[in-house]
Amino acid sequence: MIALAAHIHGPHIDWRGLSPFVALTAGGLIVLLVGLLRSAVARERVVPLITVATLGAAIAFEVGYFRHHVSIVSGALRIDDLALTLDIVFGVSALAAVLLSLRERAADSAGHGEYHALVIFSVLGMAVLVSAQNLVTLFLGFELLSIPLYVLCAAEYRREGSLESGLKYLVIGSVGSATLVYGLALVYGATGSTDFSLIANAVSRGKLAGGLLGDPLLYAGIGLVVVGFAFKASVAPFHQWTPDVYEGAPTPITAFMATATKAAALGVFLRFFDVAVIGAQNTWAPMLAALATITIIVGNIGALGQSSLKRMLGYSGVAQAGYMLAGVVVGTQLGVQATVLYILIYLAMNLAAFAVIVAVEREGDSGDDISGLAGLGRRAPWLAWPMTISMLALAGIPGTVGFIGKFQLIHALVNGQYTWLAIVLVVGSMISLGYYLRVVATMWMGGAAQAAPAYAPIAGAAHPPMAGGSSEAATLAPDRAAPHPELVLVAVVFAALSVFFGIFPQPLFHLASHAGHAIVGLVP
Amino acid sequence: MTLSILIWLPLAISLAAALFVPPRLIGRVAAAGSIVTLGVAISFLARFKLGHAGLQFVTDRAWISALGIHYKLGLDGLNVALVVLTCVLFGAAQIWSAFREWERPRSYYFHFGLAQSAVLAAFCAQDLALFVAAFDLMLIPFYFLTGMWGTGERVRATTKLVVYTLVGSFFMLAGAIATGVIASDQHGTSITFVLSALRALPLSHASQEWIFLAFGAAFLVKMPLVPFHGWLADGYKSMPIPAVAVFSGILSKVAAYGFLRIVLPLFPYAAVHFQMLMLLIALVSILWATSLAFTTGDARLVVAYSSVAQLGFITLGIFSLRTQGAQGALLQMLNHALVTAPLFFIVAALAARAGGSEKLADMGGIAFRAPVLAAVFLIIALATLAMPGSSNFIGEFMILLGAFKAKLAIAIIAFAGVVGASFYALRVFIGAMHNRSGPKVASHEIGLADLAALVPLVLVVLVFAFYPQFALKRSQPTVNAQVAQPR
Repeated sequence: MIALAAHIHGPHIDWRGLSPFVALTAGGLIVLLVGLLRSAVARERVVPLITVATLGAAIAFEVGYFRHHVSIVSGALRIDDLALTLDIVFGVSALAAVLLSLRERAADSAGHGEYHALVIFSVLGMAVLVSAQNLVTLFLGFELLSIPLYVLCAAEYRREGSLESGLKYLVIGSVGSATLVYGLALVYGATGSTDFSLIANAVSRGKLAGGLLGDPLLYAGIGLVVVGFAFKASVAPFHQWTPDVYEGAPTPITAFMATATKAAALGVFLRFFDVAVIGAQNTWAPMLAALATITIIVGNIGALGQSSLKRMLGYSGVAQAGYMLAGVVVGTQLGVQATVLYILIYLAMNLAAFAVIVAVEREGDSGDDISGLAGLGRRAPWLAWPMTISMLALAGIPGTVGFIGKFQLIHALVNGQYTWLAIVLVVGSMISLGYYLRVVATMWMGGAAQAAPAYAPIAGAAHPPMAGGSSEAATLAPDRAAPHPELVLVAVVFAALSVFFGIFPQPLFHLASHAGHAIVGLVP
Repeated sequence: MTLSILIWLPLAISLAAALFVPPRLIGRVAAAGSIVTLGVAISFLARFKLGHAGLQFVTDRAWISALGIHYKLGLDGLNVALVVLTCVLFGAAQIWSAFREWERPRSYYFHFGLAQSAVLAAFCAQDLALFVAAFDLMLIPFYFLTGMWGTGERVRATTKLVVYTLVGSFFMLAGAIATGVIASDQHGTSITFVLSALRALPLSHASQEWIFLAFGAAFLVKMPLVPFHGWLADGYKSMPIPAVAVFSGILSKVAAYGFLRIVLPLFPYAAVHFQMLMLLIALVSILWATSLAFTTGDARLVVAYSSVAQLGFITLGIFSLRTQGAQGALLQMLNHALVTAPLFFIVAALAARAGGSEKLADMGGIAFRAPVLAAVFLIIALATLAMPGSSNFIGEFMILLGAFKAKLAIAIIAFAGVVGASFYALRVFIGAMHNRSGPKVASHEIGLADLAALVPLVLVVLVFAFYPQFALKRSQPTVNAQVAQPR
């Protein structure tokens, strides 16, 4: 018996390559279990600590494995610099979200263990998604990333807005997933394979299964896949959920979604379009270019009229998704690098802004209304400066990373014969000045604060406890007087990074270049 | 000592002052710092070698190697005088500020320091991307200066100012990147943004045309010339006095300088192609601004419109595409900066004596109790109207000489602007200083606070009146080598 077992060779398992996934899975499970403990210290202190340690360990494994390009799990996942760079983005974004959640009501009402475990599993899903080399893994990652987020959006379930946000995201996300899986099935039907490299082979050689039907099958499949991804990346016209969900979700979760989910969705755009179906670029590039144009215009115009900061950043995120999509459209090495670079800087710019929004929400009565920022420059310069830098960076002012990101995107577009799309991007940036500057003006040049609550605190008996209203809601409100050093820390660190890398962008370019070279076979 | 020190010194001083100096002393520290910066700038002027057309004091380092962007700085005949002028004007503005109380002084002087560094970087930049970055960056402090310390409808005015200028700048950004990409494409070299390298890689005519328009949009908005002047009246009216003095004096010159440094050398074909358009824009601006300057009843707006007219002359000189025109334009940039900044300080002094009103109708009879102020004002007013004997006369003369050689008819019509200038300059002087006293006028002699800022400027104006060759000699070789090329 024993001798026999010695003869059976299990498949080779690349533990080193799997280490980030293992760390995240194990960490998530431990967090879930520790969250069951009775003691408040364990739940409120130890759980976030373990979460931070888990994410830190995953990031450490990822950083340590840089410059390795391997396929693991019999080719289902690919660990390369693109995946690792994006994994680090997810990890950093989740770390920030955990810090922002420390004193947040959402973690309390959902249960600390569950809340943090869901964040970790969502990061795991993103990591699987951007490593996927196979249609099945892609869909697995897609769902693993989405389902925890549906719950997290509704984490503050005593607040109507949060429930509504979770439900809306669930319904629309499911439509997106369904569309995606249909598209994936069609692509499989047309190419006869689920593996990206085999699909790429089939597409570029024109050897499609199904004979005459192959082309329409493939194109319909690609179209449906685009729609599925577009829902997740909030690319117009599939973006309508974004402002509502962003506004209703607990702000740390909004921050996480705005940065990590967007990065994951753009990452899978890069993987799928610039690897698997790059052979059909002539077909999908015009379609994506049109989507990018619509997205840039709709996002920027939509943001103009918003009074809620989270809604505004939601629309601004739509516009920025359009900028990043433009990098995918070009389909060149430079385009990939520009997109990765923009994902990196987008992380820093947005996290600084969201940290400030969390602080402002806790201090004032006006929720995340822009008017709550009035006089912030005088009241809290350590919050006002990061917000200012973040807004100027998002607008693309030199001296910040935003300028560098737009510079590289325009460079990639002009280089890839998409000058007209570069002009669209420039025009979009001009429109965006209108709303970014309004925030800055309110902080520094506004008069006294005029409280205009975006959503009133829920009154007690109006709703049954499980449908968004509870008499306990008021007592769960965070302590206003409590200082929030962790928020200032997050805001200042990411604002400082936004300026530092705006002046010395060389490391970012290196990183983006390594990530870009992970995708081989593109025009330079 | 490298140019980097000169460029970043104002920012470093203001940042250190904001962090370590108690608020009530910041003004003095900032003023002292601006004098130190001026000293550094003068040391560069003193070491500047005459008779060289090329760059001096070059700093050249790779900034973003993936994009071929260099941190390249250098001085030559085109920018050496403008760099010193920047330090003079910012010095005067900071001294003027130091004698007054400002709310939130840390931020106030920080924004001034940032502005000065950005302007110096724009003047010294020898890399297209670096220039564009500095050109956009220098606007941001003025957004805050206007919005936080301005008067009237300041938030609306500052938003208008920034949106107008940045819209132009974003076009320029696209144009600049396209220049680098297309030049490397058409010549099969690796991408670069260094100006001297780009000059060796001329673009195709079709590319030159649209890129010229992109740059033109940015520069014409910044100056501003008609029809890009929508932000001007609100913006100038709302800015605090020191900010409007440097904005009108220096920031508008960065745009004019941009034509000489970037547009003419890099897009010579387009410069000839669009010469007539640019001359017409300049001409319309001169006539439009002059006619507004002698109809408006607001002293500050008279100065604002006069500066539009002057920038029209400067553009006329540049796009005569003749050496005399370019030389005259460069000289006139200095002259205009040196008269417009004191004029804004004088307007503030007049308003202080007329019950806070900047309307000409509320002034009058101020000279009677303020003879020194009147004398200073007269010197500046005569320089503004380009009195023979003033350096402004020489500048305008050379510009018109260039324009005569290029397009006779336009030069003749532009003369109307010279005549108009004497009319509006004297109208403001007489209306404010003489005439019947206004209802709320309580005149008193000019104080140390104003003199400290005004006297150095007036002295420089007088020096230039006697010795304009000082500037001309330094710019001549570079202008001959670079600007005269497009024919």
